[in-house]
Amino acid sequence: MELSVLWFILLTVLFIGFFFLEGFDYGVGILLPFLGKDDTERRVIINTIGPVWDGNEVWMITAGGAMFAAFPHVYATLFSGFYLALFLMLFALIVRGVAFEFRSQDEHPLWRKTWDSMIFIGSIIPAILWGVTVTNLIQGVPINAKMQYVGTFFDLLSPYTLVGGIAFFLVFTFHGALYLTLKTESDMVARARQAAVKVGVLTAVFCLILVGMTYTNTNLFASTGAGTSLLGAVVMFVGAYGAVYSKRYGLGFILSSLTVALTTIAFFWGLFPRLMVSSLNPAWSLTVANSSSSHYTLTIMTIAAVALVPIVLIYQGWVYWIFRKRVTAKDLKY
Amino acid sequence: MEELILSRWQFGITSTYHFLFVPLTLGLSLIVAILETIYVRTGNEMYKQQTKFWGKLFLINFAMGVVTGIIQEFHFGMNWSEYARFMGDIFGAPLALEALTAFFLESVFIGLWIFGWDRISKRLHALCIWIVAFASNLSAFWILTANSFMQSPVGYAINNGRAEMTDFVALITNPYVFHQFPHTVLGGFVTAGFFVLSISGYHLIRKSHQDFFRASFKLGLVWTIVCLFLQMGSGHAYTQFIAKAQPMKLAAAESLWETTTSAPFAIAAVIDEQNKTNKAELKIPVMLSILANNDPNSTVKGIKDLEQEYIAKYGPGNYIPPVTPVFWSFRIMVAAGSLMMLIVLAAGFLWWRGQLENKEWMLKAVFWSLPLPYIANSTGWFVTEGGRQPWIVVGLQQVDQAVSPSIDAISVWISLIGFTVIFALLAVAGVYLMQKIVRQGPVSTPVQPNIPEVKGASLWS
Repeated sequence: MELSVLWFILLTVLFIGFFFLEGFDYGVGILLPFLGKDDTERRVIINTIGPVWDGNEVWMITAGGAMFAAFPHVYATLFSGFYLALFLMLFALIVRGVAFEFRSQDEHPLWRKTWDSMIFIGSIIPAILWGVTVTNLIQGVPINAKMQYVGTFFDLLSPYTLVGGIAFFLVFTFHGALYLTLKTESDMVARARQAAVKVGVLTAVFCLILVGMTYTNTNLFASTGAGTSLLGAVVMFVGAYGAVYSKRYGLGFILSSLTVALTTIAFFWGLFPRLMVSSLNPAWSLTVANSSSSHYTLTIMTIAAVALVPIVLIYQGWVYWIFRKRVTAKDLKY
Repeated sequence: MEELILSRWQFGITSTYHFLFVPLTLGLSLIVAILETIYVRTGNEMYKQQTKFWGKLFLINFAMGVVTGIIQEFHFGMNWSEYARFMGDIFGAPLALEALTAFFLESVFIGLWIFGWDRISKRLHALCIWIVAFASNLSAFWILTANSFMQSPVGYAINNGRAEMTDFVALITNPYVFHQFPHTVLGGFVTAGFFVLSISGYHLIRKSHQDFFRASFKLGLVWTIVCLFLQMGSGHAYTQFIAKAQPMKLAAAESLWETTTSAPFAIAAVIDEQNKTNKAELKIPVMLSILANNDPNSTVKGIKDLEQEYIAKYGPGNYIPPVTPVFWSFRIMVAAGSLMMLIVLAAGFLWWRGQLENKEWMLKAVFWSLPLPYIANSTGWFVTEGGRQPWIVVGLQQVDQAVSPSIDAISVWISLIGFTVIFALLAVAGVYLMQKIVRQGPVSTPVQPNIPEVKGASLWS
């Protein structure tokens, strides 16, 4: 296998990890104002992701770094082209990250309320923007022969990409609700379930629209693997909904995780061998062949990734194991 | 070309702001690790409080450092896409390795450290903060490897208009990074030392929690004196290395226009960049030749001759960095460093004589010296990056060739204002929290009642 193809796969893996882990973090942040009735409850909700959110976010950072190292042209075109969208995302991630650390360091209700809304905003914006981004990658954006993005911020917003944004946001919210059913106790579990059941209906609607529009607006279904994965994601979602409805939360979370993973696989598979589709001329799309780093760099990076990613998985998994218990009002740090 | 100048301002502001927090993270993580190790070894509860008090301040600073660092990761693509295309092969690798080897360790174990007090053994808990300290400093190594390449490219070849890596070992053993890394990291250690000294001094002046802050002051004093001496040494070695590796940077930092034998060191100068001369200068004879080459008779190349060399090598163009800011930044850095040395040595002397706590002026001097390391860190970077201009990668790519063609001035105005405003607001919130915690002092931890095992299903059972 060409190393650039291997790196396409590794990048997909990094995005699966990122969407799976930060997906429920975003969901928890989005649900925070709706599920937490008083300050203690809101703290419980935040503390369910307290020990892990930072490590989860590093999956995104690593995906960005890997993109820079393996596909510098994609890194350059994507981030300079989606400039204002990325600015919004960074803005959101900055306030969210600080908010986790700052919110409970002062008792003033206004202080806490402010940071709680920062967590909410900081979770909802990236959730939507990632959906908009992924759907733009495959639908195509104006990229010229010199690999430069020649559109504006508003070119990124089309019916399909907005549906993509909403669908991702809903899937992450649903995923976050399922995470909360596993990490909280008694009344909160019931409320998280209720949220999942409610949000799930909307999620189902938007996922179907997304699948339909993916069929009409992109050539994702030209690839059998990608098409099967996307339909598989829908099946997993239906399963997850059924599971949470019948209060089988562990199963529900596993299935919603598979929904996220299969959706990511579907879009990357549909893209392959392209990374960014040009809407001006298919020949101007960025592909694994024309945008990758040198063989030497890819070799070095492959050795590093093969050696290090399993170690990361082991210690990150181990920390999840340490914090496997449900969070109660007695063990709040944030 | 408005995008270019705005992008430069944005990069300057966000990087300088990010680097207000990084140095303290590098040093304070180690100090907290030392304090917790003392606690684990001796079982002395006071050191547990020390760990928690300084740890709390560390975490606020750490959070600010992490979130401002996210921008750095994406900045090169957003505003400097042509740099990213040209350099991705070389710059991306250390960045990805930084994420894989350092960011994951840091972020996973900081979570375990914050939330793990009652869940894991004491030793394992102390190990967590050691891992965070190690990972932070390792992360500095990776990013400085990338920066060192920009200052002094090694192990590469130019193919199809792009710089491609040909020797990874050369990249990570770049002589530049072996001068830059110790100087940067020691700057962080000194910053943390002054942070501890200043806050401890504040409480010693108020005579609150005296035993507690005496202990931290003592540790901070020893730590800072040792690190400052090492820092002076590393600064000297670094400058001598620059004299050979980047003579233009040295000449600009000294505002030395003409090649001079037995060159003097200018303490101050009135610089006329237009006419390429100093209208007036206050100088110590022969000092620059001694400092740069250990030889009073040696010759130091001047800006004008170096410019001619560059023109011969790279074609017509302006290769002179902004001399005035680089010259003064260097002087401010050295002055701040010298003042820090004076203050800690004086404080150390009085401590040794057992008179420190009676001399309120000394404690006040220590307290008010907190900005000094921050000034030195920032001005040091101004010299490093200002002295590199007009290059973004010395000899290979100039800054104006690196800016993204697809961004427009309005977008950059929006992000520039947005980042600046949010950073200002976060600074207010962060400083508010820190001063609150500092004023409060150590909180004695109440004896925790035994929390019964939590019932209910866990994720994996």
